[in-house]
Amino acid sequence: MKKKLFSLLLTALLSMAVLSGCGSDGTGESSESNPSKESVESTQASTGTEVVEKTMYGGKVVVGIQQDIDSLDPHKATAAGTKEILFNIFEGLVKTDKNGDLMNAIASDYSVSEDGLVYTFTLREGVKFHNGNVVTAEDVKYSLDRVSGLLDGTPLISALSVITNVEIIDTKTVQVTVGSANTELIYSFAAAIIPAGSGEDENASPIGTGPFSYVSYTPQVGIVVKKNAEYWQEGLPYLDEVNFKIVNSAETALMELQGETIQIYAYLTDSQAEVLKDKFQILAAPSANVQALFLNNADPLLSDVRVRQAICYAMDKDTANLFVSGGNSVLISSAMLPALTSYYADLNDAYGTGAEVEKAKALLKEAGYPNGIDLEITVPSNYEFHMQTADVLVEQFKAAGINAKINPVEWNTWLTDVYNGRKYQTTLCAITSDGTPGYLMNRFQSDSKKNFVNFASAKYDEVYKKAAAAMDPTEKANYYKELQKIMSDEAGTAFIMVPPITVAVSPKLGGYTFYPIYVQDMSTIYYK
Amino acid sequence: MKYFVKKIITLIMTLFLVSVAAFLAFQVIPGDVVTSILGTEAPPEREEQLREELGLNKPPVVRYMRWASGVIKGDFGRSYRYSKNMNEMMPVKELIGDKLPVTLWLAALSLILIVLVSIPLGVLWARSTNRFVDAALNCITQVSMAVPSFFLGVLVTYLFGIVFHLFAPGGYISYHDNFKGFLGYLLFPALSIAIPKIAMTARFLRNSMLTEMKSDYVRTAYSKGCSKRRVMYGHVLRNAMMPVVTFLGMIIAEIVAGSIVVEQVFGLPGIGRLLISSINTRDFPVTEILILYITFVVIFVYFLVDILYRVIDPRISEK
Amino acid sequence: MKKSSIWKNKYLLIGLFMTGLCLLLGILGLFWTPYEPTKISAAERFVGPSLKHLFGTDNFGRDIFSRVMKGLSATIVIGTSVVLFSATMGILLGALTGYFGGIVDEIVMRITDALNGFPSILLALVLISIFGNGKQNVILALGLVFIPSYVRIVRSEFIRLRDADFIKRARLMGVSKVRILFVHILPNIFSVFWVSVMIGFNNAILAESGMSYLGIGVQPPDASLGKMLSDAQGYLQRAPWFALSSGLTIVWLVLGFALLSEGVQRMNNN
Repeated sequence: MKKKLFSLLLTALLSMAVLSGCGSDGTGESSESNPSKESVESTQASTGTEVVEKTMYGGKVVVGIQQDIDSLDPHKATAAGTKEILFNIFEGLVKTDKNGDLMNAIASDYSVSEDGLVYTFTLREGVKFHNGNVVTAEDVKYSLDRVSGLLDGTPLISALSVITNVEIIDTKTVQVTVGSANTELIYSFAAAIIPAGSGEDENASPIGTGPFSYVSYTPQVGIVVKKNAEYWQEGLPYLDEVNFKIVNSAETALMELQGETIQIYAYLTDSQAEVLKDKFQILAAPSANVQALFLNNADPLLSDVRVRQAICYAMDKDTANLFVSGGNSVLISSAMLPALTSYYADLNDAYGTGAEVEKAKALLKEAGYPNGIDLEITVPSNYEFHMQTADVLVEQFKAAGINAKINPVEWNTWLTDVYNGRKYQTTLCAITSDGTPGYLMNRFQSDSKKNFVNFASAKYDEVYKKAAAAMDPTEKANYYKELQKIMSDEAGTAFIMVPPITVAVSPKLGGYTFYPIYVQDMSTIYYK
Repeated sequence: MKYFVKKIITLIMTLFLVSVAAFLAFQVIPGDVVTSILGTEAPPEREEQLREELGLNKPPVVRYMRWASGVIKGDFGRSYRYSKNMNEMMPVKELIGDKLPVTLWLAALSLILIVLVSIPLGVLWARSTNRFVDAALNCITQVSMAVPSFFLGVLVTYLFGIVFHLFAPGGYISYHDNFKGFLGYLLFPALSIAIPKIAMTARFLRNSMLTEMKSDYVRTAYSKGCSKRRVMYGHVLRNAMMPVVTFLGMIIAEIVAGSIVVEQVFGLPGIGRLLISSINTRDFPVTEILILYITFVVIFVYFLVDILYRVIDPRISEK
Repeated sequence: MKKSSIWKNKYLLIGLFMTGLCLLLGILGLFWTPYEPTKISAAERFVGPSLKHLFGTDNFGRDIFSRVMKGLSATIVIGTSVVLFSATMGILLGALTGYFGGIVDEIVMRITDALNGFPSILLALVLISIFGNGKQNVILALGLVFIPSYVRIVRSEFIRLRDADFIKRARLMGVSKVRILFVHILPNIFSVFWVSVMIGFNNAILAESGMSYLGIGVQPPDASLGKMLSDAQGYLQRAPWFALSSGLTIVWLVLGFALLSEGVQRMNNN
């Protein structure tokens, strides 16, 4: 385990050097490495002199972010936009690396019992909180008790509510018992470890173990973090200070980038990237977001499978991709991320990626709508990317006799009315994955709380249960593929694409690292 | 004296009515605060707990009483939306306190610009006998008055920010960090607010002066052999300024409103942006206090203008 | 009013020309635009103004001139509805309170006074936050916001006229109150009322475009000049014509109405 971790670390370091602006992925020539401070530095020096010459320590960077954060408590934060920042401050026992694999963080090692019910974590030596205290087994127990609801009965992270007991074996070992086995549960142990008691302390500022420590937060202005000099990953971070600055609109973001008051800004649309390409490095990588025109299967019009299929046919994903993301998105026809190759079923042929107007019209006619249908698309208006996609779709639907209208709503209204209330006809939005294949499949079970499309297929439910219980990876993968097929046959939702994360990075900076989950890692950024 | 007492009572009554209206209005708005705080995946128990914490289970009258007595004591409640640290929500007082200087300085700077430019301009215009100058000023002010402040903001951004690089668009500098830089940045939004108002005030002053110049006392002063200069500045301007002061008082409310829109153009973290985001995120404690606060400012300014007017013009006697 | 003096009233003429052009384009825009205003085209993104695309194209390759026409239609529809609503309410309230006075007058005037000083766009924002977004709600919110300004004018005119000789005579002749209010007095206030209607129209346009600029109120796909301007802001450097065409259209329309009202005022004074 240790060895794997350090080779990963080295890969990260190396890729930083190779990345420097081109966005291509550096393959680590993993050499022998060893855990002492000196050797990491020497490895760095020996693997290529350009690394030492190019990367500079120190400096400040301003990162533009799209929305204000929703909580400074890592366990209570739900918005992806908040988690992507807190990723720099907090860490769990394990954390996701840039390849989407798990790496050890606060834990230096872990093991899972044969039956999948007992997890034993060994804590890494000398990991310190930002307040200077060493992370103890008590802190780990406290944090896990807190997220699982063992502390006060309210689980803060629902996936971890299966934890039934957290036991301190010795000062460096913690044993966690869960009620039911799930091979994907280990990903949830990326939940932040915080100092014991800090969750109840009224004046606690956010303290974690991440590469940056919290300095200040000003509503509507942003959040400032500074370098954690005692970070356990040697050599990281490079920057002294990062200022996550809230930019209130896509328009202002463009102006600020052009005025060079922000140096990094992610989630650009294609036309924005087009404007910025002369002054900035435009980097892109696939995201973990599944964008779709979600169809409310319980809607009287959409309860007819033919209407849903007609919508799938009428959609011209190629054009949408071209307009909104410059052709850089990965087109999809299922909820699975194509990056999870072993679980992904490519169903793009089912409804085609271009508009098949005749098929759509025929289906609508068959369903009893020879003159076409009216459709309402609800879109959370703060997401420029989705708004623009909706604009394009509305235009495409006209040809197939689908008269669509956009209903832009505030994010909060979207959450209450669409996501929770399920009072909508169709909605254009994206769901984001935590990196595990099950996460995006689970929600389409008919009784899932997250099944906001009201997809109801007995067959799907049955297969999902089999998939969750399966221990063999191949068997599991096959079940997941079957689930995607069922969803596609039923046209449960019109999946569109996995948009790329397009980032504008100042030409002075290097080391921007993409992750297959929704985070922005600042620890690898450096001034050239 | 009785007049002022009556005015003050009206002021308080208005504030009370506005507070009730603001409070009640947000009881009928759809959307669940709890969901927007906790997100959609929180367990029901946690949602219930939060409802309890926020006092959302109590009837509206009780909640209003609780809220109003807090406001009187200076406790404005806490934001539903913004955290102060890991476990506490941001007190509304602190939240607004941080944003207020931005808006106030913006409004003040705009007012200074208006006064500094419009008064000399108005005087010169009134004195000018050149038909061409008159027509040109007439044209320019007419057009300036028709430009909405947000479009002016865009134009200012384009011209001074992108073409001439006099400032970095969106690169707001906090008053905590660098006060001079802060004012320097605010100058451009202030300009966007001020230009239409400068045009308005200058026109108003010019017309007011022209009216005064036609009056009997001016003719008398001239016939007594007073210099033109003395008549202009000693008599005409002084008398003509009176309605202008009232006019300026009246547009302060508009300056405040204008700054709220312009904050959005220039990305200034003032109370305007806070108001808009609090409306959007249903952060009622913040919205209510902001509405109350802006109402207070507006009414209070009118009150002051009223008093000022009575002080400078003794002809208006107490009823 | 003699014909020749109308021709000398430059304000009126220029105002008529400017507003006339906008109204023409706006009304035409309801039925026809040179291009489909929502037609997207990847090949024609950010094309500068030319004979083919008078105002150029936007980030979706849509024809800006067609969109401006649609935006004008929307603005005119909203402005007209707001003025109709608030002026009608203003006449009713102003006539009743001005003519009869009493406690109702006192209450209405208190509320009017309180609201009158309040910045209209703020009040409209608060109302929209209660009603929700959408064209109808914008009309309702702005309609409510602008009632007080009409009440004031109508009321003072009714107070002025209620004791006029011809009204006294009508009363003595036993003419019904409704008839006195709306047949005898009302036509006499129109010359003054027209000016405030035009100013009100301008205020409605400014408030609406300001709100849609802020992203509150009229929502896409309903076209709106304010929203277009805010979309264009990010592309100032790349495509300045995008922001200028929508912004200048607002200026043109507002200026036209301002000149028109000035012209009418001068006409009244003669």
